[in-house]
Amino acid sequence: MTADDNDELEDELDLSTLTDDELVEQMRDDLYDGLGDEIVEGTEILLERGWDAEKILNDALVEGMRIVGFDFRDGILFVPEVLLAANAMKAGMAILRPLLVETGAKPIGSVVIGTVKGDIHDIGKNLVAMMLEGAGFKVVDLGINTSAEEFIDAVEKYHPEILGMSALLTTTMPYMQTVIEKMIEKDLRNNCIVLVGGAPLNEEFGIAIGADAYCRDAAVAVEKATSLLEANRMQLNNIESTPA
Amino acid sequence: MTFPERAESKSADATHSIPLRALIIACGALVRELKIVTRKFDWITIQCLPAVLHNTPKLIPEMVRQRVLAAKAEERFDAIFVGYMDCGTGGMLDEVCNEEGVQRLPGTHCYELLAGVGQFKAWQDAEPGTFYLTDYLVTHFDRIIMEGLGISKHPELLEMYFRNYTRVIHLAQSDDPLLTERAEKAADKLGLPCKRVFTGVDQLKTQILNLREHSIKTIPNVSKHTQAHADK
Repeated sequence: MTADDNDELEDELDLSTLTDDELVEQMRDDLYDGLGDEIVEGTEILLERGWDAEKILNDALVEGMRIVGFDFRDGILFVPEVLLAANAMKAGMAILRPLLVETGAKPIGSVVIGTVKGDIHDIGKNLVAMMLEGAGFKVVDLGINTSAEEFIDAVEKYHPEILGMSALLTTTMPYMQTVIEKMIEKDLRNNCIVLVGGAPLNEEFGIAIGADAYCRDAAVAVEKATSLLEANRMQLNNIESTPA
Repeated sequence: MTFPERAESKSADATHSIPLRALIIACGALVRELKIVTRKFDWITIQCLPAVLHNTPKLIPEMVRQRVLAAKAEERFDAIFVGYMDCGTGGMLDEVCNEEGVQRLPGTHCYELLAGVGQFKAWQDAEPGTFYLTDYLVTHFDRIIMEGLGISKHPELLEMYFRNYTRVIHLAQSDDPLLTERAEKAADKLGLPCKRVFTGVDQLKTQILNLREHSIKTIPNVSKHTQAHADK
């Protein structure tokens, strides 16, 4: 069988003939390959079969993007492929988002996120926002070129449990520290987990500027957001239940 | 095409006897300019890494390290310079340079080096959504940007990459109307206005000579007469 034959077989694949497990597996592959139309089709088929939106989101889309994240980290995939995969996930999310809202499920946490002042790069930040949303967080996205004042205003307005900051430039990443210092000044730092990310950052930088965690990719951002939030809540419960 | 150069000082002394033999391991995107500024410097050898690494900066530090190790093994050079700036490696390239005991060009990006730190900062402060093209990037725009970023194959990516950019600045190292025209066409493809700023190669030349001066001070028995010899 030639490669062309294989392509033809792929083209002829009827998603509706697959079992649920096969379809989910296929959707993860399609997401990996950035095939938005196939993701839409697979999502619709699973909904018709009675799957709930959250299960489709977690099993097919979020898990698919997690694999994309691993392969990006390992240098198997590069930015264009990740963007195509993110676009495919976005297409699936467009169907699932209204259904998730309808269920009235309470968000597992809240996040304010933005790219710092002087920086207009938002590919990574958008991916993190989408993955956090997929994981059940309520996300307020402040966009690009966000000043410390804008971050502070948003923290005071939305009272998020997590603040996420992104930067792609070596010249703009120090601004994250400015934001953290302003949070300390305004007595907002202790109430908020601070996550930072972006291509030129690393673990040491995160520690040096006083962030709670550096997130190397979107999947790690979701893991850190979830685990730090849980730890924070446990700590708060312990404080509240400790007799005075 | 012309490459204006600043007059060189010929006042270097020759108190030592061994001329510096230096290797520059450089980004392919800077090689043409490096060759221009070092064409009279027979003490310099240039090796380059693929310019397309521009799109995958994480790969730069280890590739540089491999070249440095190979050069050290050759034992032909008194000094090894790295012809990269930080280039989006987030300090990883500096770690490699420190570990291997070599020096790199200063600054964050070649744009900063070519334009000068103050000018680059002023542009960034005024308009963070500035996309920079050097002569190299203009010449190889389709390969490095359109194909390298996957836009040729997936035009929908153009908007994702460039929606927040507001202008292109063409940092021109040469006076070449053809390149100016190509820069404008490249900016058109991105849907952005284009401004041309002539930088020449003086800043690059200054930094190469600074690296050399530093080496002469730190490597025993290496002389300054290389420069005097080169300028004759």
